[in-house]
Amino acid sequence: MSAGAGTDDVPALAADSPARPVAAGRPAGFRRILGRPEVGAAVGALLIWLVFAVAAGPAFRSLEGTAAVLNAAAPLGVLAVAVALLMIAGEFDLSVGSIIGFAGMTIMLLTRHFDWSLWPAIGAAVLLSLAIGFGNGYLVVRTGLPSFIVTLGTLFAFRGLTIAVSRLLTRRTQLGGLDEVAGYGPAQTIFGSEVLGPLRVSIVWWIALAALATWVLLRTRFGNWIFAAGGAPEAARKMGVPVARVKIALFMTTATAACLVAVLQVVRFTGADALRGEQQEFRAIIAVVIGGTLLTGGYGSAIGAVLGALIFGMVQQGIVITGVDADWFQVFLGVMLVAAVVFNNFVRRRASEAR
Amino acid sequence: MSTPILQVERVSKRFGNVVALREVSMSVHPGQVTCLLGDNGAGKSTLIQILAGVHRPSSGRYLVDGEPVDFGSPRDALARGIATVYQDLAMIPLLSIWRNFFLGAEPCVGTGPFRRIDTARCERIVREELGRLGVQLRDPAQPVGTLSGGERQAVAIARAIHFGARVLILDEPTAALGVKQAGVVLRYIAKAREQGVGVVFITHNPHHAYPIGDRFVILRRGEVQGDHGRRDIRLEDLAEMMAGGEELKRLAHELDRAPAANGAAG
Repeated sequence: MSAGAGTDDVPALAADSPARPVAAGRPAGFRRILGRPEVGAAVGALLIWLVFAVAAGPAFRSLEGTAAVLNAAAPLGVLAVAVALLMIAGEFDLSVGSIIGFAGMTIMLLTRHFDWSLWPAIGAAVLLSLAIGFGNGYLVVRTGLPSFIVTLGTLFAFRGLTIAVSRLLTRRTQLGGLDEVAGYGPAQTIFGSEVLGPLRVSIVWWIALAALATWVLLRTRFGNWIFAAGGAPEAARKMGVPVARVKIALFMTTATAACLVAVLQVVRFTGADALRGEQQEFRAIIAVVIGGTLLTGGYGSAIGAVLGALIFGMVQQGIVITGVDADWFQVFLGVMLVAAVVFNNFVRRRASEAR
Repeated sequence: MSTPILQVERVSKRFGNVVALREVSMSVHPGQVTCLLGDNGAGKSTLIQILAGVHRPSSGRYLVDGEPVDFGSPRDALARGIATVYQDLAMIPLLSIWRNFFLGAEPCVGTGPFRRIDTARCERIVREELGRLGVQLRDPAQPVGTLSGGERQAVAIARAIHFGARVLILDEPTAALGVKQAGVVLRYIAKAREQGVGVVFITHNPHHAYPIGDRFVILRRGEVQGDHGRRDIRLEDLAEMMAGGEELKRLAHELDRAPAANGAAG
């Protein structure tokens, strides 16, 4: 078969330069950026910032306003980055909300009720969270049940457990006074301080985790396996990807991120509430979806989740600063979510159809 | 002629009382395409699965490079350079071409926490390997889902060759494709053959097999009905053997309003 005959019949790839001048003329780098999952969220974030910068005025644009936005977005951002990785692998974790309450109360009970010092208590909370994450993941991969249901179960179970145990031990569901516990000083610096004017250290955690997650996703084998596990688990398995191990590791990651959020809050507020973290599981999912990650898995980014959390913070604070009734916050979020899903669906169809 | 890379001798396979294959013999030489033709249920899948190491034959011999082998798993077969490209291609549509190409075997650089995929090398290799099949990639980072069916086959074939396939077993690579795309895939198969790879091309379409095949093995109800070199057989004979001449004639008679329709596929 001659080489000449080989080229004229190969449609989309070889012979498309004359037929598709637009695609051929655009530099590859630019096209790659446009193909990133977080493009929509970046544009959305910019628009929302502009809207509030005009509507809310200088109070929103000032350092204080920016700090209020970022401080509000940081804990959600920490959670959303981990949830994004899990959702790219095709699974949900609804239990993160209750793990925030559980880990926070674990630290408070160990320190205030059992007189541990702070650092061992944090260590214990991390280990317990890892165990819960492992349990979630193991149940999901072993039973093949939807993670939505499995983690909905653990969401309620651990919320209930947290309330019941803290009431049983202390007759209360709120505990304070962490600043009197040994080891609080350094912990306050690492988890509860301000790093730059009104900007809290939680923002540093958020950015560091997002950078780490992006590195893992785009540059490591494990990241490649995360995409594969969510995109087509059967095909991934055939190519030798340990899908079950990847998913379990990611459930442990989301649980640990929830624990970190709990530590940030407990140290900052010197106390915990068994109900803390309520609805955070949904907020994290919303932030991730707004960030361009597909609910069905296989596509998404950690940077998108960062932008999603940022949009959350901007809307939350922007509405307050503008003086609009805060009740409208949820309306806005709901609309954003649906709009994002519609947009993502469109992007997915574009990416999975032959051009 | 040289030693076949792959050869089965009087291989049979029984599943309980069901005889799926009866004394099947065939061989594949380097740089040759052996077409395995047969209708649904003729035993093609069983034979592929034996070649690929999924099943062990109940009796008969399986030789690679002239030595008898006993594969316990597809991994064993792969280790001897026998790669199977299944119809679903084991690809992830939303993942980029190079990420699919190296999935599960990503080349890395760096050590410890800085160990990372060598993306530049990945992209270069993907371009080179696909270039050898005559595919000029616009961007190895574009999702596989944006490729046509034929191009996806090319990626799967290039991947198998890159990872050391000396024999490529292609399971109905043209079945789900239109006429034009099927032609594209046949070209990729020809290019793979030029590289010295032995190809087992499974199809039920004699019009796809005939232009590319060096040898034609026709399976029917688990037995070899014919094994012909390219020079010994015409397309018409192949088509007739495939459909079962009698059945075709009866069908033509039955549908005599449009007898030409049977040949329209070519």
